[in-house]
Amino acid sequence: MSLATARARLAGQHGRAYWRSLEELLDTPEFQTVLAREFPRQAAPLDGTLDRRDFLRLMSASLALAGLGACTRQPKETIMPYAKAPEDLLPGEPLFFATAMPHAGGATGLLVESHMGRPTKVEGNPEHPASLGATDVYAQASILTMYDPDRSQVVTSAGEIRPWSAFFDSLRAVLADERRRQGAGLRLLTETVTSPTLAAQIQALLRAFPEARWHQYEPAVSDGAREGARLAFGRDVETRYRIERADVILALDADLLGSGSTSVRYTREFVRRRRPDEGAMSRLYVAERSPSVTGSMADHRLPVRAHEIESLAWSIAAALDPGVSPPAALAASDEHAAWARAVVADLAAHRGASLVVAGDEQPAQVHLLAHAINAALGNVGETVVYTAPIAAVPTSGAASLAELTADMDAGKVDVLLIAGGNPVFTAPADLGFAERLAKVGFRAHLGLFEDETSYLCHWHVPEAHYLEAWSDTRAYDGTATIMQPLIAPLYEGRSAHEVLAFVIDDAERPGYDIVRGHWEERHAGGDFEGFWRRALHEGVVRDTAAAMINPALDADWVAEARKRWRASEGGELEIQFRLDPTVFDGRFANNGWLQELPKPLTKLTWDNAVLLSPRTAERLGLATEDVVRLIYQGRTTSGPVWILPGQADDVATVHLGYGRTRGGRVATGTGFDAYAIRTAAAPWGGLALELQPTGARHSLACTQHHHSMEGRDLVREATLAEYRAHPHFAHEGSHEPGPDMSLYPPHPYEGYSWGMAIDLGACTGCNACVVACQAENNIPVVGKEQVAMGREMQWIRIDRYYSGTLDEPTIHHQPVPCMHCENAPCELVCPVNATVHGSEGLNEMIYNRCVGTRYCSNNCPYKVRRFNFYLYSDWTTESLKLGKNPDVTVRSRGVMEKCTYCVQRINRGRIRAKTEDRDMNDGEVVPACQQACPAEAIVFGNINDPESQVSKVKQNQRNYTLLAEVNARPRTTYLAGVRNPNPEIEEG
Amino acid sequence: MSEPGKHTGPAGPTRAPVIQPGHTFGSVTDRISSVVLSERMPRLWWLGLGVGFLLVTVLLVAVTHLFMKGTGIWGVNVPVGWGFAIICFVWWVGIGHAGTLISAILLLLNQDWRTSINRFAEAMTLFAVACAGLYPILHLGRPWLAYWLFPYPNTMGMWPQFRSPLIWDVFAVSTYASVSAMFWYVGLIPDLATLRDRSPSRAGRVIYGMLAMGWRGSARHWHRYETAYLLLAALAAPLVVSVHTVVSFDFAVSVVPGWHATIFPPYFVAGAIFSGFAMVLTLAIPLRVMFGLEDFVTMRHLDNMARVMLATGLVVAYGYMTETFMAWYSANPFETYMIMNRFGGPYSVAYWSLIFCNVLMPQLLWFRRVRANVPLLFVISIVVNIGMWLERYVIVVTSLHRDFLPSSWGMYSGTIWDWATFAGTIGLFLSLLFLFIRFLPMISIFEMRTLVPEAEVREESP
Repeated sequence: MSLATARARLAGQHGRAYWRSLEELLDTPEFQTVLAREFPRQAAPLDGTLDRRDFLRLMSASLALAGLGACTRQPKETIMPYAKAPEDLLPGEPLFFATAMPHAGGATGLLVESHMGRPTKVEGNPEHPASLGATDVYAQASILTMYDPDRSQVVTSAGEIRPWSAFFDSLRAVLADERRRQGAGLRLLTETVTSPTLAAQIQALLRAFPEARWHQYEPAVSDGAREGARLAFGRDVETRYRIERADVILALDADLLGSGSTSVRYTREFVRRRRPDEGAMSRLYVAERSPSVTGSMADHRLPVRAHEIESLAWSIAAALDPGVSPPAALAASDEHAAWARAVVADLAAHRGASLVVAGDEQPAQVHLLAHAINAALGNVGETVVYTAPIAAVPTSGAASLAELTADMDAGKVDVLLIAGGNPVFTAPADLGFAERLAKVGFRAHLGLFEDETSYLCHWHVPEAHYLEAWSDTRAYDGTATIMQPLIAPLYEGRSAHEVLAFVIDDAERPGYDIVRGHWEERHAGGDFEGFWRRALHEGVVRDTAAAMINPALDADWVAEARKRWRASEGGELEIQFRLDPTVFDGRFANNGWLQELPKPLTKLTWDNAVLLSPRTAERLGLATEDVVRLIYQGRTTSGPVWILPGQADDVATVHLGYGRTRGGRVATGTGFDAYAIRTAAAPWGGLALELQPTGARHSLACTQHHHSMEGRDLVREATLAEYRAHPHFAHEGSHEPGPDMSLYPPHPYEGYSWGMAIDLGACTGCNACVVACQAENNIPVVGKEQVAMGREMQWIRIDRYYSGTLDEPTIHHQPVPCMHCENAPCELVCPVNATVHGSEGLNEMIYNRCVGTRYCSNNCPYKVRRFNFYLYSDWTTESLKLGKNPDVTVRSRGVMEKCTYCVQRINRGRIRAKTEDRDMNDGEVVPACQQACPAEAIVFGNINDPESQVSKVKQNQRNYTLLAEVNARPRTTYLAGVRNPNPEIEEG
Repeated sequence: MSEPGKHTGPAGPTRAPVIQPGHTFGSVTDRISSVVLSERMPRLWWLGLGVGFLLVTVLLVAVTHLFMKGTGIWGVNVPVGWGFAIICFVWWVGIGHAGTLISAILLLLNQDWRTSINRFAEAMTLFAVACAGLYPILHLGRPWLAYWLFPYPNTMGMWPQFRSPLIWDVFAVSTYASVSAMFWYVGLIPDLATLRDRSPSRAGRVIYGMLAMGWRGSARHWHRYETAYLLLAALAAPLVVSVHTVVSFDFAVSVVPGWHATIFPPYFVAGAIFSGFAMVLTLAIPLRVMFGLEDFVTMRHLDNMARVMLATGLVVAYGYMTETFMAWYSANPFETYMIMNRFGGPYSVAYWSLIFCNVLMPQLLWFRRVRANVPLLFVISIVVNIGMWLERYVIVVTSLHRDFLPSSWGMYSGTIWDWATFAGTIGLFLSLLFLFIRFLPMISIFEMRTLVPEAEVREESP
């Protein structure tokens, strides 16, 4: 063996020879041994000497090993550790980031929980004026929209997938033309813009294209309020209320507590004045067409028709100021007149501490009257505050859209950029927006979904969700929030800022630079970095709230209002359009959580309906689920009837947002399209509706079929006077067994003992807790058919009961989560120990043990247990996997589940306290329902600690146990509600 | 069996005998064993087995679909978490009771008329329990984990929760099934030996021979056999009471109005015997015609069974009355509502139908002419079977569908898969029964032999 030999061997090779080492080249026996030892593959056991026994031995070993190998399922994906871990990121520890969700012309400040870079749960930002730590259903559910697999993911042109560059090239070409024409053919259509950055960008765009026009349209933003304010004050003002200061509130078809971007704030303020044990209670009068969340909280609720609201406002205005002469005849029934008299007396007795609010759906003159009444009552500056408008450029949406449509019709529009919104679906039917859109040469739509509008546009470009993009927004009081993304866009989405930046100066700039640049430019006083960081951290930009102004009421307002007086035509059917309490204007139609959320009053899911009062339905011979054709101003749509107690007679209420044709898998096929008969002139309804029975039936999925309490003491309520007289009314006549009424010894609790109290006087039935729970606990969506079979999965439900008459009932809400009973009937009957009593009093559900006998559910007096009749959880959709809360098991088929008091949050608190070597503090553990509740109706904590808030609440004499006679001894108790009716009306 | 002869004659001037006169040891053996040993079965047997087998395939389809999709294919929901599965479980377990009652308790009470019906009544018990036993497993959300209900040492740390009546059920029903099977098999041994001796085919001789466990009919065999049989009977007798008592605990231990009642154990046991005898009649009446066994299953048997039905039916009617009375007497609004809801709620048709089937219809049995009218007896027995099924439907569904909180009230109805599973278990029952008739003597040969005059004669000779 020598180098010479190697040389010789190489020389002897033909062609290119590869060699690993000199040893190989030499091919010595030693090398072969090493080779065989290093690479046993080559040690071929099947060399012919194998006998039968060895063969079998080998095979069995191989099979056994193959079996063992199958035991661990490794994920297919390559897992890469952080080479450099991001700061603050601890696996398993969530981080919270402040941002805000723009909604309905305002914004809700949020803290978003992020697990390893994935946002999983939205919570309110306590620093934010419109949130105060709580949220509404939309904010809670918005996270599901972000992960929605149906979101548009790529740029498309006429259905073809295209790169962004192709869109930009195409846009560049048409913009070049427009630039030459000063933008004469360029139109921008947006929703209401409150974002300071976007507004500045649009101004820059309008400077670059002086002839271009900007239109704003959003069905949810009220034109009536804007025009009413303009009539009253001759200028655009924003009207804000200080509900907390009001002793007497009159809501004229105003859903103060249930809709709009301010509902969370107003609910918090309202409820602060509804605790009979803490200061004077306020009194709420509501006159409305269809029952709302606000109406359900009223001390006096009057179902009225649209024109009656106006005459009511007139009669109040006239009663307060003899100088005001109402238009000719105020036809009102005796009942209404007496009601109005009592309200006037009450308002007048609380000058400066009363409040009249006109609803967003009301026409300008009612808003004008409300401003005038508030002025007459001296409420301005006290309970009513005016500021400069929050929208960058306040616009009357319908008028603006009409103008655009007219231009399109006249062929003046060559390039239409639609940034957000879905005008083809939401535009008033009489504008013919969809047809006229075809006349535009270049149409591009930026949106979260490939929707009805995208379908009619040349280009659809995917929008980044608000949790994916940098932006900014303003709350109802003007407070700005810089919105920071929680995650890089899941798909190819970009924000409106990024698209507009391209339009303005042909530059592809990241949203971060745009937003930061905007704020940096305007920042005065040095240390921008400090300002920026603090703003992001706090979720609000300090001192940006709009200043109070004191606009003078137009001296001639009476004449203005009289001019707009609508003669009251009785007897005819009236239609009312409303935004839907779950899918809103249709934008959330593809959100399963919201589709399956029982609507606050009807408890309907997955559908809208034609709401009729019992009397009207009787008169028309219609029953619930009968499909009727609605003919209004020559347009037709049809939907199923739902008879709703408390609905005003002769008013048919329909909710917008359903009947989507291109809304995604969840949205399509639900409900009927009410936009089809909605006109620009009567956006919120009008007279002369015709209802024709079609003979067809449409089944509706309702979660609560019985509305009466059957004489049972479930929701306990008293008037304030009764409460003062009988502070223990909640316990009178109820049978409560003593604590020793059990065969089993009581459970000892050494440390914590968790409990909850729910204030029925505070709960507005807004549903925020239901969606919050769904988001927190990975609760699946089951679909309409399953809901109709009684298999909805929400862990907390809000029972709605009526008392009083069918036509003017009192409405009660009762949230029912798992009661976590001391003598839990469910624990006793589970054969496999799958539901057991925890050492801290929780009634714990162990999914892994559950075999699914459903005995526990049968034996639960509160029926709060939910069963996975099928594999309801989505285990396969990739994007939805990201949104799941990693602290909560995703349940499989055949197991029972129920509210856990958010045990994962308790455990997180416990771990934190232990690492800090202390006990958990009161208020440290907040379950998702409590956190979301704008009314602060839910209090949770350690009842072993007499100083905890929940212990104190449970000490209240209003505290009672639901179904105490069953002796389950639930840990969740209720505070009986107290209303504050006007004795004058009560007696009348 | 010491004095069987005294039962052979008519007990009274009008009572039919338990065996028609003129039979000898040989004729009894020939007649009964011929059903098993004959080559050809009557057309009705093929029809019965055919229908049964067809329904078994339906069961297989229904169960396969169930396992693939989940219990959601059924009509169960919240609040009605139990539906057809539990209704049918209780119904089938109840039916089984007559078999045990006839074979064990009547044996201990020396009722000779039990002899000709005990064998197939016991078989019916076994098959009914087999059908019943399927349901608690099928109705689980995760049926593949049903074995977790058994207390056995395991590494999962699983242990049953013994306060749950469902665990008691596991023991009650499995004990019942095993004791019934053993009792039935022990009772078969002498007859298996007869078949072994008479079987024309080698296969028959081998199989029956193995099953006969070397029975030769020696006096020692008989002595031990009788002791063992009596002991087993004594063991099985309490089960007649205990099993349905425990099944009723599934309901009575809960807090649900309409379930939570102390009357449940006796009321369930009576109901079980009631429905069991109805089922025996439903089966015996066609079978005795089909195989020409009128000599052995005589009018005396039908009459006695009708009397038992009448008696237990009255106990059941008393149970309904007590429920209603207690609902009023307790002054508990939930109980009151429950009973009013049964009377006039959405399921009132089911309630009044069950009253008709279980209370009114059996009153006809007071009349001797009705008890002597075989077709009418057959109709009444079927009506009672339906009535008892409805009773369980009313108990399970109407109690659950409206309990404490009106907000949670709901409705329930069985889906096509519920019905398919129910029909499937009926098919399983029929198939097993017809196979039993084909391969085993449906009437106890050796016990029947003790009823013929020959036995009496031998008894008297020294």
